[in-house]
Parts: sequence; structure tokens; C-alpha cells
Amino acid sequence: MKLLLKNAYLIDPVQDHVKLGYLSIQDGKISDIVYDNANINHKLFDNVIDCAGKYLAPGIVDVGVKICEPGERHKESFRTASLAAAAGGVTTMVTRPDTIPAIDTPEKLEFVINRANTVSPVNIYPMAALTCGRVGLEMTELGFLHDAGAVGFTDCDQVITNNKIMSRCLTYAASLDLLVQGHPQDSTLTMGASATSGKFSSLKGLPAVNPIAEKMGVERDLALVELTGVKYHFDQLSTALALEPLRRAKSNGLDVTAGVSIHHLTLNEMDIGDYRTFFKIKPPLRSESDRVAMVEAIADGTIDIISSMHTPQDEESKRLPYEEAASGAVGLETILSASLQLFHNGSISLPQLFRALSLNPAKRFNLPGGTLELESQADLVLFDPDAPFVLNRFALNSKSKNTPYDETLMQGKVIKTFVNGHEVFGDSLGE
Amino acid sequence: MAFCDRHLLGIEKLDPAAILEILNCADDYVDLNRQTKKNSTILSGLTQINMFFENSTRTQASFELAGKRLGADVMNMAMQASSIKKGETLIDTALTLNAMNPDLIVVRHPQSGSVKLLAEKVNCSVINAGDGLHEHPTQALLDALTIRRAKGRIQRLSIAICGDIAHSRVARSNLILLSKLGNRVRLIGPRTLMPPGISEFGVEVFEDMRSGLNDVDVVMMLRLQKERMDGSFVPSAREYYHRWGLDNKKLASAKKDVIVMHPGPMNRGVEIDGTLADDINHSVIQDQVEVGVAVRMAVMDLLSRNVSKQIANKDAP
Repeated sequence: MKLLLKNAYLIDPVQDHVKLGYLSIQDGKISDIVYDNANINHKLFDNVIDCAGKYLAPGIVDVGVKICEPGERHKESFRTASLAAAAGGVTTMVTRPDTIPAIDTPEKLEFVINRANTVSPVNIYPMAALTCGRVGLEMTELGFLHDAGAVGFTDCDQVITNNKIMSRCLTYAASLDLLVQGHPQDSTLTMGASATSGKFSSLKGLPAVNPIAEKMGVERDLALVELTGVKYHFDQLSTALALEPLRRAKSNGLDVTAGVSIHHLTLNEMDIGDYRTFFKIKPPLRSESDRVAMVEAIADGTIDIISSMHTPQDEESKRLPYEEAASGAVGLETILSASLQLFHNGSISLPQLFRALSLNPAKRFNLPGGTLELESQADLVLFDPDAPFVLNRFALNSKSKNTPYDETLMQGKVIKTFVNGHEVFGDSLGE
Repeated sequence: MAFCDRHLLGIEKLDPAAILEILNCADDYVDLNRQTKKNSTILSGLTQINMFFENSTRTQASFELAGKRLGADVMNMAMQASSIKKGETLIDTALTLNAMNPDLIVVRHPQSGSVKLLAEKVNCSVINAGDGLHEHPTQALLDALTIRRAKGRIQRLSIAICGDIAHSRVARSNLILLSKLGNRVRLIGPRTLMPPGISEFGVEVFEDMRSGLNDVDVVMMLRLQKERMDGSFVPSAREYYHRWGLDNKKLASAKKDVIVMHPGPMNRGVEIDGTLADDINHSVIQDQVEVGVAVRMAVMDLLSRNVSKQIANKDAP
């Protein structure tokens, strides 16, 4: 089976260019890339797709997706999350262990992997909890979990406050060369907060946290990373204050990377408006100057990864007063369209964007895909960066419809998604 | 008419003309309330439900009396003991009540934004009687009317709001209202009780009472809201009283004809000296309570007119 995708602008985040050409796929791998559309011998291919001058990029590797199995399948299942991912150009999901119960034993991890393999058209790699029940007391069986397929270890938004336990977990993880993902917040400061402190939260009377809580979390974690030498990834940074210690750590050679959610790149606290709970996320939306700082940090490479932080919540958990409402937003299906805002407004180039969406997360979590190199896994997304549409949340594939972009005018649509060379999502090319 | 909303959810959305219209209307009700026969029939046949999810004596009594004097059928619901405890959400409670066809719901709730959420789900008028740390609009209106009646105007005054600003919805609503009408607002209190971002509010902030009170026309004291505090804001009640409690010494730096206000309930000896609170030369604390009933009558009266107008417009061909 040989597939040809011709007449496409190929976005190569490694070579840092966008060029018109064709790409062929054989046995699930990229077998040819030629920047020329003349002299193609169509007879060599079983199937030819004319991409009509649209854009082809490595599929998105989304780190930190919450799939609500086990425990809350009414919010999202492996099946619906995978369909959402495919429709959003996400070819690989790295899942979070903050389910009910938490994924903290090899047996529970096996359930996740089985479910993922049976029902999902896209790649799924799970993370496992760093401590049992994510309560920060006892280390999980990191070795067994790693053997069973965990690609990273995290307690998600539960911060391990006991420094002794945290440093032991990191030391043990370092001894096995495992990647640990942390949530950099000082939890005594963030406790009870549902907004960022400042004029907006004060006027609205919302309990708020100062951005310094994030910087303190980053500084604490970095001190322990320096002590233990562990591979460390910050799940999401959201404030300008936190960037300075990160830059310092990187220039000192620590093995640290950082992510940012698409919501913190495209929205700010003012979007909360009159207590719109779909904008309640964790950490809370920040000021506009923080948002701009995050965009710049993506452009200059200080922050490595953009993720959707896909967190499904049903209507009931959002139809509450703001403080009581659940945190989180779905993002698998909107991550590309929303990210393209940054391209359209000139903040970043397309190769830069796909470095953060695809290449860097694949490299950091040591996963196939994320690149357009020969012989790499053919996980690809074909999209039209210009196509405008108004998002209707009820048209999303996710079971939960809690997107902050409902009724927003967006620009950029996924046309086709390929995983392992197979088309897992396909829209007409519009001709 | 300048005030043409269906609900009164906060001061933020009101323009100065609407505020003045409510105050003017309330002035008339102050006169009515001083007569022996206080009843009116403006709201007769209408049903008013008071839903207080937080303890309240004076506000609830004030709303109840206001409704009764206007002839409405008033029902008080003790929400703390009700179905909320059985797991019902606020929206379901709202829908249930709505099905009973009330005309006016008065809500107090411990969470900011909750009254607006409820207002979106019902067909009748909703009055915010305090939502979390957000707003308490009728309190700000009654404070404004009290000032206007004492000072003869409600503009170009220098007004100090003192004490626990961070936990006070009264302070927020007052700050917005008084600024809208063109007064100079000062906030005085310990740094730990100032809300974040206060420097962007366009007000003067003082930590020292005497310099803050210098030449002000009005002093509004706030209650130290211990029930909303979750740890170490001030060292002790006596140190707080020493530095920020209002007494005659501190008040001496204000204008001679300064008036002293307090939304109640007062902690005598914590934020205000007991004798000063009773000093008829300065204290208008009892006037606030009196005017409060009238302001709430005015709000209900105007809201019911707005609703009947909207219905009339809808029915028009």
C-alpha cells in the first residue's frame, strides 16, 4: 500500500521551512519527500490525494489529555476522545493519570492500554501517577509502571508539598532515567483560588491567587531537579514571572522543559466576563501581559510544548456559581484552529508552531512521529490554515462540550488526519 | 425612565441617571414610611420571595418590610436548611421557584456571580441582596441616599471607606457608585485587607487612619468580616482597634461636619468606638437603616414598572 499526498505545502519543523511538494507513505512510514510536483509517476502509487495547495504537517502530539476512563466515562471515553483527537489533527495523545481511581498501579495502567488499543484510531501513550492515589505520600511502582508502558510520571494538579517525599520520588525516577511532569504552583497560595489576583478578580469578588505562586512552584521544583538530576517537564506555565527561573535553569544545563496550554496562549482573564464557567481552568486565566509573555516564550523556544490540557467536564459540573464550578476545558478539537491565531497575527511561523505542537512533545516523551523525516511514522495532519468557521460546541466529538471557544469565529480547519499512514479523519477538500 | 432593567444585580451596570432615579423615588418612600399608615398597593397581588443562602437579619427584615408596605405577598425561605443541603443545585432551586410564578426574587448567596446565574434562569425580577465578595447594590444605594439627605448632595464629596475592604461587597458597590456620581473615594485599612489590584481602581489608598481621614466629608466604617477570613489578616482585635478602629481622636482630622456610617452589624470596640456610633452629631447609622427600607421599596416599585412595561411592549402589535 503506497499513498501519495501531492501538491501540499509541507511544514517541516526540523528544517524550519514550508515548501510546496509531495510526500509518500509506505507501510505506515514516510517513504519520500520531494519539493517538486512535476514528473510524478502516478502508477507507482495505490492511492493519490491532491492536497490542492493546502498544508501538511506532522500530526499533533498532545501531552496531558484527560480521558475520563476509568471513573467518569459519561464525561469522555477513549472512543470519543480519539474521535475528537482525529478531528482536531491530534495523532498522539499522552494521557493524564488523574482519573478515578488514579492510574497508580501496573494493573490499572494495563486497563488504560487495553482500552486505548481496542477503540482508538490515534496513538495513545499513558502517563502514570508519581505517588499512590496522587496524594503525595508514597511513591508508585515507577519501575513496573515504566515497564508496563508509562511514558511519564505525574500527580497532575496535585502538588507534592512534602519536599522530602518529592526529592525521593525524583531521585528514584532519575535512577531509572524516567521523565517526571510537575505542576508548578505553591499549593498553599493557590488553595481556594479560582482567578488571578488583580483588578478583575477584585471587582468580580472572586478568590484569587497571585502569579508569584507559579514562580515559587517553579523555583522549588528546579531546586530539586538540580539536586536529583531528574528529567523534568513543567506541565504548563502561564505567567511571565515563571519564565525567568526557567530560562536560568535551561542555560545552566538542567534537563527541564515546559509546556503551556492553548487557552493561556489565546485567552485572558477578561474573557471570564460575567462568571462564564467555561473559562474556569487551572491554573486560572491570566492577565493580557502574561498571555503575551507566553506567546513570546513559545516563539523564542523558552517554552517547548503547546498542549490542549483537554479536560472534559459535563454540563452539571459547569452550571454552578463560578467558585463551585469544575475547572478545565476540552481542547483536542480546537487546539490547531486556536493555535493558528498565533500564526495569523504574526506571532509565530508555522514551523515554529509545529515544533511546539508536534516535534518537541514527541522528542521529550520519546515517541514516534512529530516530524516529516524519512522513515518516521506517518502521523500527519492536512489542514487549510485560512478556512473560517464559527465553532458550535454541540458539533464537537467529545462527550463533554465545555469549550471556551463556543460561537467564536476561528480560522483554520483540519481536512485530513493520518495515523500510521491510515486516514483516521477526512473532510472533503472543498473543490 | 433611566432605570429600565429587569433585575438589579449590581451597581456596575447602572448609569448615574438610573442611580439618581432610584434615589429620588426612595426619597418619597422615606416620607411615606414616616406616616402612621404606611401601606401602599403598588405591588398588591405580586409575590416576592426572599431567598437568603447566608445569615441575615437586617437586610432580610428590610426587604420583607419593604415588600409588605408595598402590598406584595412576601415569603421568606430559609435556604440554609433547605434542599440545597440535599444536593440540589442553585439552578434547579431557581427553576423550582420560578415554576411557582413569583414576581420578584430577592437573593443573597455566599458566592460571587451566583445571583446573576440565578437571574438568567427565571422569568421574574431578581434583586441581588449580596453575592459573595462581589456586590450589594441596595446597600450602596441606601448609603448614597443617606449621604445625600445628610449633606444635601451626592457629588464632589470626599468619602473614606475604612477597614476590611477585601472581604466587603458593600465596599465594592459603594466604590463604584460613589465614583460614578463624581465623588472622591479614599480607602483606608491594613494592607492585608486591601483587595489585589487596588492601585488600578482610581482611588486613593491609605494605611494610616488619621492621614486618610484628613478633611473627609463622610466616613464609612466596615465590619471586620471574621467569618470570611481564612487565616492571619490582622494580629488581634485590640491591635486592629488601636490602629484602624474609629474613635473621636482619629475622627478629629476629618471635616467638622463629617458624618459616620456603618452598614452593620457593628462590632463595637473593634472597628468603631461605641460612644461615637451613638453620637447624634456625627453618626447616621440609624438613618441608614431607615432609608434602607425606602430604597428597597423604590427598587421594587421601579422594577415592577419596568416588567409591566416590557410585557406591554411585547403584547403591542
